[in-house]
Amino acid sequence: MSRTAPSGNSQPRWLFPFVIIVIFLFSVLPLGRLAATGIASAFKGGASGLLTDPALWDSVYYTLTTSFFGMMGSVVLGGGFALLLTLFNLRAKTLLGFLFMLPTMIPPQVTALSWIGMTGPSSALLKAVGLAPPLGSPQPLYSVFGIALLYGVQHAPLVYLSLRAGLLALPRDAVEAARLSGASSWRVLNDIILPLSLPGFAAGAAIAFVSGVGNFGIPAILGIPASIYTLPTLIYSKFAAFGPGTFADVSLLSGLIAIMAVIGLAIEERVLRGRDYRVIGLSGQVAVFTLGKWRIVAELALWLSLVVILVLPLMALVASSLAPAYGVPLSMKTVTMHAYEEILFRQAITRTAFFNSIGLSLATAFGLLVVSVLVGYFIVRAKSRLAPVISAIAEIPYALPGVVTAVAFILVFAAPIPVLGISIYGTIWIILIAYFSHFFAVSLKPVVSAFKQIDPSLEEAARLSGAGFGRRLKDIVVPLVGPAAGASVILVFLIACNELTVSALLWSAGTQTLGVVIYNLDDSGSFNLASALSVLVVLMVLLMMLVLELFANRLPKGVVPWRS
Amino acid sequence: MAQLILNAISKSFEGTARAAVNDVSLTVREGGFLALLGPSGCGKTTVLRMIAGFEQPTDGRITLGDKILAGDGRMVAPEHRNMAMVFQSYALWPHMSVADNVGYPLKVRGVTGETRRRKVMEALSAVRLEPYADRRPADLSGGQRQRVALARCLVTEPDVVLLDEPLANLDRHLRQEMEETFREFHARSGATMIYVTHDQAEAMALATDVAVMSEGKLLQVATPEEIYARPEGRLVGGLVGQGAILSLRSPYGDRRNLDWIAMQAMMLDLGQGVDADILVRPQDVELSSDGFAVTVVSVLFEGERYALKLALPDGQVLKAYTRLPVKVGDEVRVAIRAGWRL
Repeated sequence: MSRTAPSGNSQPRWLFPFVIIVIFLFSVLPLGRLAATGIASAFKGGASGLLTDPALWDSVYYTLTTSFFGMMGSVVLGGGFALLLTLFNLRAKTLLGFLFMLPTMIPPQVTALSWIGMTGPSSALLKAVGLAPPLGSPQPLYSVFGIALLYGVQHAPLVYLSLRAGLLALPRDAVEAARLSGASSWRVLNDIILPLSLPGFAAGAAIAFVSGVGNFGIPAILGIPASIYTLPTLIYSKFAAFGPGTFADVSLLSGLIAIMAVIGLAIEERVLRGRDYRVIGLSGQVAVFTLGKWRIVAELALWLSLVVILVLPLMALVASSLAPAYGVPLSMKTVTMHAYEEILFRQAITRTAFFNSIGLSLATAFGLLVVSVLVGYFIVRAKSRLAPVISAIAEIPYALPGVVTAVAFILVFAAPIPVLGISIYGTIWIILIAYFSHFFAVSLKPVVSAFKQIDPSLEEAARLSGAGFGRRLKDIVVPLVGPAAGASVILVFLIACNELTVSALLWSAGTQTLGVVIYNLDDSGSFNLASALSVLVVLMVLLMMLVLELFANRLPKGVVPWRS
Repeated sequence: MAQLILNAISKSFEGTARAAVNDVSLTVREGGFLALLGPSGCGKTTVLRMIAGFEQPTDGRITLGDKILAGDGRMVAPEHRNMAMVFQSYALWPHMSVADNVGYPLKVRGVTGETRRRKVMEALSAVRLEPYADRRPADLSGGQRQRVALARCLVTEPDVVLLDEPLANLDRHLRQEMEETFREFHARSGATMIYVTHDQAEAMALATDVAVMSEGKLLQVATPEEIYARPEGRLVGGLVGQGAILSLRSPYGDRRNLDWIAMQAMMLDLGQGVDADILVRPQDVELSSDGFAVTVVSVLFEGERYALKLALPDGQVLKAYTRLPVKVGDEVRVAIRAGWRL
C-alpha cells in the first residue's frame, strides 16, 4: 500500500541500496582496485624493478624529509599562534585568527608562485625596491629547504586548529584548582595547560605531516626545476613518460603514499582518543592570562609573522602579475594590466579552465549535496549497525592524498566501462567522478552534524501529519539543515575549484582546470600570467571565506573549518 | 472512529535481554481518555510509539476498528494512520510560523486556500492562540508552544490523539491550566486519547481510564475511582496510593476491605493467617488515644496540616496527617480506620 518499509523505520526501501551503491562507487571500488593492482604487480615482480630504482628511494627520502621539516615549521608557527591567541589577552584576535587561516585555503601552487615572486633574482617586488639579488644567483626556494618551509606555512593552520580545539576543551576547573593551590600563571601554563594540550599538538603535527606527504602543488613548482621529486611528483612524472610498466609503478607508489598517510592518521586518532576522558568537568574559555608590557611584543610578533607568511608573498604575487614580463623591474612606468587582459580575454586556455573548474566544482558541490543529504540521513537516522562503518568508509578518500584518489580512478577507468563499452578516461567525466569521491567527506560532514542536531520528534510529528519520506525531506529536513547545506556547497566549491592534485593526473587537452593551467603557465615560463590567474584565485577564495564567515553563527559547530 | 485494540503486543529491542513491552493487551473504548501510568522505563512510551507506528511490535497485533495497524507481518506507516501526537518536546517546526505548523497536516492532505486558513484559525481559537498565528515557535512561551502542538492535533480530526508526557516540561501553575485545556479538547473533539504520564495525580484528574504499567507489563486497567479504591497488587498500590504498605499476616481469607477492628486484630495478633500487603492511606490514620503506640520519624509542615512518618515497633513505616504539632521522637498513639489488602 505504501512504498515505505514495513517496519517502524522511517526510510524508504531504496535508501539502503542507494547508500551502499554510493559507498561502493566512491570508496570501495577505486581503493579496492588500487590495492588489487598494487598487490598484483608486487607479486608479479613489478616491485623489484621499482624497488631497485634509486629514483624511488631518493623520492621517499625527499618526501619524508620535506614533510618532517615542514611539520616542524607548522608546529612552531601554528603552535605559537594557537597558544598566544587562545591563552592571552591580545587585541584583534578574531582578525588575526582569520588571516592566519588563509594560507591553508590558498591553493599550494599559488603559495609556491607567490613565494617565488618574493625571493630570488627575478622578483618583481624585490626589484621594485632595489633589493633583488644579482642575476644568476640561484632561487633559494628550489630546494628541500624551500619545499619544507612552504609546507610549514601552508599546513601551520592545521596545527593551530587542532591545538586550539584542545585548548578550548580544557577543563576550566583544573586551571582554577591549580590557581587556588597557589600556582602562578606561568606555573599553571607549564604544569597544567601545556601537558594537557599535548594531544592537540601531536594530532596537529600528524595531520601536517600527512598533508606534506600528499602535497603536489608545492613540490611540483619548487622541486621539479631542481630535480627534487617527492612521491606525488614522481607519480606525475611517471605519467608524463608513459610506458608499459606505468600502471604497476604508480599503483605501488600510491600505495606507499597511502601507507604513510594511514600511519600519520592512525597516530592522530590514537592521541586524540585520550582527549575524551581527560576532559571531565566544565570546559569553556580557558582562563585568559594577562600580559603586561609583553602584550605589545607578542602582538608585534604575530603581526610580523603574518606580514612575512601572507602579506609579502601576496604583494609579490600582485607585483609579478603587474610586471610586463618575468624579471622586468616594476615601476610606475612599467606597470601594466596586460597579464589580466591576456588571461581574461585573449587566452582560450584560461577561459576553458575557468569554465571547467567552475562547472566541475558547481556540479560536484550540488551533486554531492543531494548524495550527502540522503547518505547523512541514513547515517544519523538508521538504527543499522552499518551506519558508523559507512560513515568511516566515506571519509577515507578525502583523508588520503589526492594523488591516491586520482591514480585509483585512472586504474578503474583506464579500460572502457564493462557492458556499456564507453571509455571516460581522458574526458571531463573522470575528473568529475574523482571529485565526487574525493570531496564526499567535505560535503557530508556539515550535513551529518546538522542532522544530529535535529530532534527526531520533528520528523515524527510530520509523519503523523501524513507526510511521506520525500515530503518530509522537502518540508522539514532540508529547510532545517539549510545553513549547513549551504556551507557544504560553498566549502566543496571552494576546495574543488582550487585543487590541482586530482586534476593534474586526470586532465587532457580541453579538460584543464584552473590549478592545471596555473601550473602549466608557470612551467612554460609565463610567470606573469600564472601570477595574474593566481591573484584572481586568491580573491575568489577570500570572497567565499568571507561569505562562510558571515553566516558562521547559524551553522553547527565545526562546520566552518577555520572556526573552533 | 473505532475501538483501538492492542492484542498481546510485545516489543524487544536488539541487544537488551528484557522485553521493553511484554504481552500487553488493552482495549481503549471509543472516545475514551486512557492514561498510561507507570514509572520511567516501564515501557509506556514504547506502547505509545507502537500505537503511533514509530516502532513495530515484535509480537501481537494492533487494530483500529476493522483495520489492522500492525501485526501478521503487516505494518501501516504512521503517515497513513490518521493519528496525531503531542510530543514531550512539542516538536514544533522552528522554520514555520505558528499557523503553518498547525496547518501542515492539512497541507499534506492537499487542503488549500480559504478552507485551510479557516480550519487553522478554528484550531488556534480553540487553544486561544489566534493572535499568535504569524509568530515563530521560538517567540512563544512553553505553555503556548504546548497549545500550538495541541492545535496541530485538533486540525485534522484524527482517530486517535497520543500525548507523550506533555506536561513534563511545564511549571506547576501551567500544568493545571493545561490539564483544563486537555479536558476541554477531549470533550470538544470526541477523539480517543492516550496519555502517557508518570504522575498519578495527572492521570487521575484527566483520564476516563487508567492503565498501570511496570517493567513492560500491564498491571491493571480501570477507571480512576476504581483504581484508587481497589488497586491490585503491591506495585499498583505503591503507585496510586500515596499511602504506606504494611506487611502483615491476615486471618481474614479473601476479605480485602479492612476496618479498625480487623486492623487492630492484625496488628496485635501477629503470626496468624497468610502474608498480606495492606495499603493504609494517610487520611485513614488518626491520632487517637485508643490506638497503638508509634514513634514519630519525621514531621513536614504543609501549611494546612503536618505530614508525619511514623514507625511501628517492628520498624514498618506509616504515613499520617495531623493538625496538631508533634515533634520528631515523640511517642503517639494512632488508630487505622481503614486498610485495603492489595
